[in-house]
Amino acid sequence: MKYLHLVWAELFRRKTRTILTLLSILAAFLLFGLLNGVRESFNEAGKSAVGAKRLQTGSRLSFIQSLPYSLYAQIGRVDGVKSVSYANWFGGAYQDPHNQIFSFAVPPNYLDLYPEIEVAPAERKSFDDTRTGILVGETLMKRFGWKVGQKVPLQSTIFPNSDGSKNWPFDIVGVMRAKDKKSGGWYDNMLLLHWKYFDESNPYNRGEVGWYVVAVNDAGQADRVAKAVDALSVNSAHETKTQTEQAAAASWMKQTADIGLIVGSIMGAVFFTLLLLTGNTMAQAVRERIPELAVLKTIGFSDGSVLGLVLAESVVLVLIGGVLGLALAAGLGPIISVGSGGTISMPPVGVNSWLLGLALMIAIGLLVGALPALRAMRLNIVDALAGR
Amino acid sequence: MSKFKSFLRGLGLFLLVVVGIGAWLALPWPFLLGLAVLFALWMLLTRRGRQAGSVTQIGVSTLTQRLGSSSVIVIGIAGVVAVLVAMLAMAEGYRETLRKSGSDDTAIVLRGASAAEVMSTLDHDAVTVIEQAPGVARGADGRPIASPELIVAANLPLKNGAPDEDGSVQLRGVGPQAWAVRPNVKMIEGRKFETGRREVVVGQGAKRQFAGLDVGKQIKLGSEVWTVAGVFQSGDAMDSEVWGDADVVATTYRRGSTRSSVTARLSDANAFQGFKANLASDPRLEVDTSTTLDYFSKQSETMTKIIRIIGMVVGAIMAIGAVFGALNTMFATVATRAREIATLRALGFRSVPVVVAVMLETMLLALLGGLLGGLLAWLVFNGYTASTIAGGVGQLTFAFQVSPDVLWTGVKWAMAIGFVGGLFPALRAATLPVTTALRAA
Repeated sequence: MKYLHLVWAELFRRKTRTILTLLSILAAFLLFGLLNGVRESFNEAGKSAVGAKRLQTGSRLSFIQSLPYSLYAQIGRVDGVKSVSYANWFGGAYQDPHNQIFSFAVPPNYLDLYPEIEVAPAERKSFDDTRTGILVGETLMKRFGWKVGQKVPLQSTIFPNSDGSKNWPFDIVGVMRAKDKKSGGWYDNMLLLHWKYFDESNPYNRGEVGWYVVAVNDAGQADRVAKAVDALSVNSAHETKTQTEQAAAASWMKQTADIGLIVGSIMGAVFFTLLLLTGNTMAQAVRERIPELAVLKTIGFSDGSVLGLVLAESVVLVLIGGVLGLALAAGLGPIISVGSGGTISMPPVGVNSWLLGLALMIAIGLLVGALPALRAMRLNIVDALAGR
Repeated sequence: MSKFKSFLRGLGLFLLVVVGIGAWLALPWPFLLGLAVLFALWMLLTRRGRQAGSVTQIGVSTLTQRLGSSSVIVIGIAGVVAVLVAMLAMAEGYRETLRKSGSDDTAIVLRGASAAEVMSTLDHDAVTVIEQAPGVARGADGRPIASPELIVAANLPLKNGAPDEDGSVQLRGVGPQAWAVRPNVKMIEGRKFETGRREVVVGQGAKRQFAGLDVGKQIKLGSEVWTVAGVFQSGDAMDSEVWGDADVVATTYRRGSTRSSVTARLSDANAFQGFKANLASDPRLEVDTSTTLDYFSKQSETMTKIIRIIGMVVGAIMAIGAVFGALNTMFATVATRAREIATLRALGFRSVPVVVAVMLETMLLALLGGLLGGLLAWLVFNGYTASTIAGGVGQLTFAFQVSPDVLWTGVKWAMAIGFVGGLFPALRAATLPVTTALRAA
């Protein structure tokens, strides 16, 4: 610590070179911050303390297959089940069939199983009382510029209304907010309508349910309860598959893309080139200062401390650039989310990203400084002073 | 005052560079080729140009002395180009796979306002009307070459997954005309399924993704057991599907006589407008008609755009990092060769040849880096198969395609990085105070 000003002075000897290297490191860690946030949010999707106590029961055969309503009472009687709700995919779109909206037809008790969604009590009551009422997630409201109290017609890309048209009129009665943005960010992007309205108004549903949501008393019992729920329908025409919400989300994500692999490969390429770049800078820096390092050794600095000085220099260089880069990523994320009106929601740079980033910075700093530091440690005073 | 002037000059230069880069990336290649030819002529014919040529020669011949720092530029830019080309190749492969699935002499008819086949339902009467509509080509037996098809999603166990892990595949119930409507589908193993039986044929992409899709094996679809009769290949999105007899699929999934879509071969590409108008004006129908080319291109639009944007953003950030790396290296190079450059200028070489020489050297290294990066991406990624959920229904396998277009974009980015990375050091080299530089150690 006492030699920090010496390290600092050595770093900023050649201002241009150091600043350019810092900017390169900044760019690398900016990318790291942004990409790691995305990777984490894919991993975290569906993971939450409350989510661990929820199971999803869908058809084993196909995700577009529905389940009979009779299972509702049967699942409720399974040991360990606290409460049951269900939902149907409505297939809503606003103005253009390609503007798909996550819309679900749900019974009144659906929100009770999702305590992490915040709805004002007055709006909740209004939803319960209004047949054509819908609750809209915050981000979705902003995306289309809707207001509470507005009447909106939605198209269903799958189900026609009772009058034969695709237009379903709805009244927006309230807003939904996710309490924890990190794991529940996507609750802000969905829309809930009434199952009764949906089922009564279209002849295709015939009282069937898309999937059941089951809340268990104890997260440790989740596996047992899941098997018991599936046992209800074994060998029937509607075999079910029950898994925790987290497992269901993870399996869906896995089919979409192996995000971990993509992000890992990109960051691998980035850090490889960064190693090269910073290594070159450090090598140059040490090469220029051989006589000065020799003077330091003459006045009494040991070999080990010269090694330490060079290593400290490279670690400080990478740390400054890296911290600035991560800070920029942390600042840029919210700006992008707000600027794109909610269509792109950049996940914030969380604690995990910072910790991983710092570890990487120190590792890269040490790797990059290793060879020059060894060279500095081993130099022969007499030869170095003579310039040989 | 002079500080302010130099700041303004720097700002003006920066803006000029930004505009130049923008134009470079946006202009079509014949234009750029013309510029390159003009530049080559300048170098060969004018005195300044020839001077620039000889200074460049000196610089390039001493490159071997500066291998370490030169390789920083080359490898840094190679990294940027490799990542950019890989991401663009992914987008290109995805788009191509879907685009090849369509042609403009085949039309697909869905229920009105359906975003995709799986969401559409056409009843039996509508199907009959569509099949008999004018514009549909007729086969040798006089029957319309139109195939009413039923799309459902089915869960099958994934290869390389946990034993319990299922993926979703698109199951298409087809009629006898399905093969006539899609001439590029060929059986490569086994035989076609027999109508009326619980048999399926699987695409080679689906076979690669899911476990147990071998000829003769049995799989469970919709709570019934089916046998795999054969494997087909089509080189497009159909490769990721499983096909069965439409009537059997409809019974298993309780769809009765409804179908999802009708794919019809038109008598020729010009018949499409008439066909579409006819169906639109029919009061019994409420359908959307488009050519299969249009339909599949639209399906790929969003995903392709997303992948391209992500690729460009990641590439841009990496490129900025590479620019700083190049600036660093070239500033160091100019500083190392200060004496040499000062000597040349003392001899009478003007600033323009010196600037051009330094920039040419940087851009040469950048070009090398770009070609290296493109080659690396091509070797590793061309033909690499990946899969994702398409249309929210089933897995779609596609192959990365490192096309000449994509490689050219990568090389253009490399040259742009080289341009910016070389400009400022070049200007520094041209404005070195000669006498001090000559005395430098």
